[in-house]
Amino acid sequence: MDRVPVLKLGDILIVSIQIDLQDQSVLALQEDLADRVVATGARGVIIDITAVEIVDSFIGRMLATIASISRMLDAETIVVGMRPAVAITLVELGLSLGGVRTALNLEKGVALLDQRDRRGGPRTTAATR
Amino acid sequence: MTSPAELPITGNGDVVLVRQQVRATAVEVGLSLVDQTKVVTAASELARNALVYAGGGRARIEIVHNGARSGLRLTFSDDGPGIPDIEQALTDGWTTGGGLGLGLSGSRRLVDEFDLRSAPGEGTLVTVTKWAR
Amino acid sequence: MTVHADAGRRRIEELLRDHEERILKRWLESASGGPADRSDLAGRLRDVYHALRDSLESGDTSDLRGLLADLSRSRAREGHSPTATAVAVFGVKEAVYEIVEADGGAEALRGFIWFTKIVDDLGLFTFETYAAAREKIIIDQAEQLLELSTPVVKLWEGIVAVPLVGTLDSARTQVVMEKLLQTLVDTGSEHAVIDITGVPAVDTQVAQHLLKTVVAARLMGAECVISGIRPQIAHTIVTLGIEFGDIVTKASLADALAHALRRSGVEIDSGRRTRIAVRAEEV
Ligand SMILES: Nc1ncnc2c1ncn2[C@@H]1O[C@H](COP(=O)(O)OP(=O)(O)OP(=O)(O)O)[C@@H](O)[C@H]1O
Ligand SMILES: [Mg+2]
Repeated sequence: MDRVPVLKLGDILIVSIQIDLQDQSVLALQEDLADRVVATGARGVIIDITAVEIVDSFIGRMLATIASISRMLDAETIVVGMRPAVAITLVELGLSLGGVRTALNLEKGVALLDQRDRRGGPRTTAATR
Repeated sequence: MTSPAELPITGNGDVVLVRQQVRATAVEVGLSLVDQTKVVTAASELARNALVYAGGGRARIEIVHNGARSGLRLTFSDDGPGIPDIEQALTDGWTTGGGLGLGLSGSRRLVDEFDLRSAPGEGTLVTVTKWAR
Repeated sequence: MTVHADAGRRRIEELLRDHEERILKRWLESASGGPADRSDLAGRLRDVYHALRDSLESGDTSDLRGLLADLSRSRAREGHSPTATAVAVFGVKEAVYEIVEADGGAEALRGFIWFTKIVDDLGLFTFETYAAAREKIIIDQAEQLLELSTPVVKLWEGIVAVPLVGTLDSARTQVVMEKLLQTLVDTGSEHAVIDITGVPAVDTQVAQHLLKTVVAARLMGAECVISGIRPQIAHTIVTLGIEFGDIVTKASLADALAHALRRSGVEIDSGRRTRIAVRAEEV
């Protein structure tokens, strides 16, 4: 089973999914991330799916779960780099990824986290869009 | 590729292999990128269902023709418990497995033709087709 | 095959060999559309003729069919009619018949019947290839038109727009929307305006595609504004019960641009201020 590496950049955790993951690897990633958020006190998690060719209901659910868990652990999750074909397919599949914030690319994802911080973001207000 | 191809689904790794083989065949048939993505996603859902609910099954991947059009046909079969109420199983959000209940209903929306045959104790057979535009 | 038939067949093969120049000349006269066409066609017919003779001897028609397919494809592209293209192939029968008549022998006549059948098959094959080639040309042109008629333009740094004009069908809408989403990625734009001022009406499917595009863009991290919805279209959308939910709509492309600019943090200071009614942003 492949494990997805989790990188730490300042107080942001970055996960870049590079290969076609089997379900167990997806579950392992979910657990790893929760542990790392607590261990590092990260304020944000960025999941980069630029290289991901499909998102099915299993991965979709994982993304939503990670977002909910991190939010509970006081970190914001942003999914970046979703390809147009993947987005169109997800809409047809019926998955809305409610509660998951998204950005076009890694850079914009980081900017989004910074912006929230400056505004006093999710740390002080529980409000999520 | 030699068409049709038969792949066993006995573990999580097989679901990945099915996705990859479906992608390769979808490219061969000439499906657009969006259509490739749709059919691979449907395949992923149906292969996982066979694994999760029936403990395993088989995937058949073949290229089909209708006049000048080419298409990709996928058949997922298993000898599992079967589905007692097909209409219910095809409803958005209905799940017995703690999922999102979108695998079957969503797959149906992602393909051009969708056929589900199942009865309690008789396994499940799902056939889907995606035509190149 | 009987001995007679075999003898007939051999006789035709001999005639084809001995009278090549004469047959080709007659064939070219009946096949070509005019003098300009003739020089190009002459070479092609000669090649076909040789392939035909080879195939009669060897029984292998693949080279011949390849040449005929090329011929009918290029004729289709040059705009010759399907009949003219098939007639061009059948023309060889007339040319050969003249030789057979001059020969007058019973074997030549018997052989000619056999030869006619073969040419008829080839004519049909040519016709089919022609039809397929025509269809391909039409499909290609339709796709090109689709591409041409769907410009995605950059309005501002980070803001792109698609001004849609004319009747939208499901296929066209899908193409436009895919292109729009790809442009968002390529240009790193977080705002898109879909302007449908030039669209007279939409059906359920088209409205659904527009809606799905907005949702897909959101999944990718971008926001869409739909502008220029005509009263009839608003009516359609409402009566069809399509949920437009929290999708932002604006009266005009200018209003939509102002909205997108504001969202991306650009200050607007222009004479049209009154129209660009700025809603107080929640802090
Ligand atoms: N091959 C199968 N054998 C038996 N039951 C099945 C099979 N496939 C689906 N089902 C039943 O149909 C239900 C709906 O399946 P569907 O794939 O739509 O949703 P799900 O698997 O529960 O969730 P997910 O959205 O994660 O796929 C399942 O919960 C299961 O009860
Ligand atoms: Mg499922």
